[in-house]
Amino acid sequence: MSTEAQCQIQNTKEMEVLKIATAGSVDDGKSTLIGRLLYDTKSLTDDKLEAIEKTSKQKGYDYLDFSLATDGLVAEREQGITIDVAHIYFSTPNKSYIIADTPGHVEYTRNMVTGASTSQAAIILIDARKGVIEQTNRHFFINNLLRIKDVIVAINKMDLVDYSEERYNEIKADFEELMSKRDYQDQKITFIPVSALKGDNVVNRSEKMTWYKGQTLLEHFEELDRKDIYNVGTPRFPVQYVIRPKTEEFHDFRGFAGKVYGGELSVGDEVVVLPSMTKSKIKEIYFYDKKYKTATRRSSVTITLEDEINVSRGDMLVKAGDLPTIDKQFTATVSWMDSQNLTVGSKYVVQHGVNKVLAKVENIHHKINPDYSGIDTTITALGMNDIAQVTFRLNKPIFYDSFKNHRTNGSFILIDNQSNTTAGVGFIN
Amino acid sequence: MVIASIGGKPIKYRIIVSIVESELETVVDVIESNELEVLNNNALENEAIYILREVAAQFEKPVLLFSGGKDSITLVRLAQKAFFPAKIPFPLMHIDTGHNFPETIAFRDKLVKELGVELIVRNVQDSIDQGKVVEETGKYSSRNMLQTTTLLDAIEEFKFDACIGGARRDEEKARAKERIFSVRDDFGQWDEKNQRPELFDMLNGQIELGQNVRVFPISNWTELDVWSYIQQEDIEIPSIYFAHKRKIFLRDGFIWSAEDDVVFRADDEKVEERMVRFRTVGDMSCTSAVLSHADTIEKVVGEIRESKISERGARIDDKRSEAAMEKRKQQGYF
Repeated sequence: MSTEAQCQIQNTKEMEVLKIATAGSVDDGKSTLIGRLLYDTKSLTDDKLEAIEKTSKQKGYDYLDFSLATDGLVAEREQGITIDVAHIYFSTPNKSYIIADTPGHVEYTRNMVTGASTSQAAIILIDARKGVIEQTNRHFFINNLLRIKDVIVAINKMDLVDYSEERYNEIKADFEELMSKRDYQDQKITFIPVSALKGDNVVNRSEKMTWYKGQTLLEHFEELDRKDIYNVGTPRFPVQYVIRPKTEEFHDFRGFAGKVYGGELSVGDEVVVLPSMTKSKIKEIYFYDKKYKTATRRSSVTITLEDEINVSRGDMLVKAGDLPTIDKQFTATVSWMDSQNLTVGSKYVVQHGVNKVLAKVENIHHKINPDYSGIDTTITALGMNDIAQVTFRLNKPIFYDSFKNHRTNGSFILIDNQSNTTAGVGFIN
Repeated sequence: MVIASIGGKPIKYRIIVSIVESELETVVDVIESNELEVLNNNALENEAIYILREVAAQFEKPVLLFSGGKDSITLVRLAQKAFFPAKIPFPLMHIDTGHNFPETIAFRDKLVKELGVELIVRNVQDSIDQGKVVEETGKYSSRNMLQTTTLLDAIEEFKFDACIGGARRDEEKARAKERIFSVRDDFGQWDEKNQRPELFDMLNGQIELGQNVRVFPISNWTELDVWSYIQQEDIEIPSIYFAHKRKIFLRDGFIWSAEDDVVFRADDEKVEERMVRFRTVGDMSCTSAVLSHADTIEKVVGEIRESKISERGARIDDKRSEAAMEKRKQQGYF
């Protein structure tokens, strides 16, 4: 097939993007693993490779330090650790990949949560010499809390344990014990023995571990399908923006712009507008200058309704008979991300999707230790990187689902009104 | 109940089918003939449109920074899509280094006219004339750094609270950590260690007076994604992106334009004519060309796919030091 013909096929296909969160501690070889993925998929360009070779040599290494391909900020290069979420891109003819590279130290729980929140799959790295450690628990806890459907446990540095099947099985058994404690039991977990440094089972099959019959890391991701990474739920349409062109051609046009979450919406669907509870029907679905019969999940469309009703930003269209909870109070698991503590009685802005309301902390129930070591009922405040059950009271009702049933409509962020920073994230019970 | 059969299929079954079909026809009638079945779901495009709508909704005075390059042209198309059938609800602004390829300026003016949007132009030359910045001299002189002052002055002049830019995370290592909504202080500075976490789709645009937000809707696109999109959408781009004959000279393994007097050329640097194209169309003084015969979008996309030099590898300003981009960004560079 000519290159030109190939291009056309790729372009008519859906542009599939898979975002993968990685978590691991400093020495697990996470950056090396990502570097290896880039190298073996030929995603490193000559000038980048040249820079890596140069720096590796300067540092006196006798191998290529792939971690240099990913560690972005000067401070990180100085300390030799990753301190923020970095995004790395590569693609195969099949898919585009985005890797959210997050640090794994305890003080970076917030970064792990952030990286995982936008990912559809995750890699948990384990050093084969060390096995399951306290940090592994934390990585697993967060990926489970965020309900990532597909998780790879990559047992790395197999070259340093003589590619031992026995060691692999030992670690696998330890991890499986951890799995029994998880809340989200349907999470799919796959174990892969790898050596990022030597390139075993990352992109290419290992010749040293013929005992392993499963897929390589890349093979696994290549075969992931939409149904493997997304839960099908109920459609929710938070209105982002009202489009009123006021031109001659579109004189009376009132379009509600937003992204469809959780399911599909079609022309003719009976919808309820929240919070007014007004009923109408979907008249048209626009994407740019074309009209469609159905808007698929995660598409950014513009919807018009049969009836002239007042809809503004923050309102939500839902299917009649499929209403979310409408309430001024809720309890959620909160992951705190600010240096300023969260305390009972303090006030925040809750941003739920595109809707903002004022919220007051009613109660902090208990802190959850993210290493599966139990809960702490004595706390009265949440510090940075703490995870806890918190009840909020709002000045206006919001329209939510539980996070378990709807990742988008069940999550919110907390904004500090003084500093304007995003101080935390919550997952509604 | 099957009472008869036609062609081996029970009639009752066929009747049901025809009812369903006629229902479908009614729907089709309602939504006219240009209606399409299901929307082709391009995740990156949907994300960018979502971000642009958040900007329009959350900010008082947004502006789209337009360089005439392919990334900002892509942004303009995405903005058209986001707000159709209304016009793009914010102006475009070009920080003109005075070192633009003439083709880019001609293209810019044509596009703005077609869109019917306001174009603001602010010139680096004015900042130089006012003595706010000093022109670099010598072999590697460039106006790229000087843009920052002009940009910050313009932000203050118009009280812009959000500046939409076409930067992508795959361009450069420091960009890989850039947020989609990136808060800058009064001095335009980026505090990379104190960035707001961005969770799920939720974008927090709350800022104080004097602060502004840089917004990057195509953060997650790669160079190839942009090119494929331009091809797929049949978007017009300036001619210098395609292979053309140009007078050039070589320096440090890079190919520089020798056509205008913008790029400093030493007497011993020989001018020759070659087939080249540009991968970015920034300031002429720091944008080098690549040898190419790709004179159509299909061929360019094919070439990018095969390409072995990353896009920023052709920009000398990043080569100055390993941390070049990060340093410039801390100072308020886009």
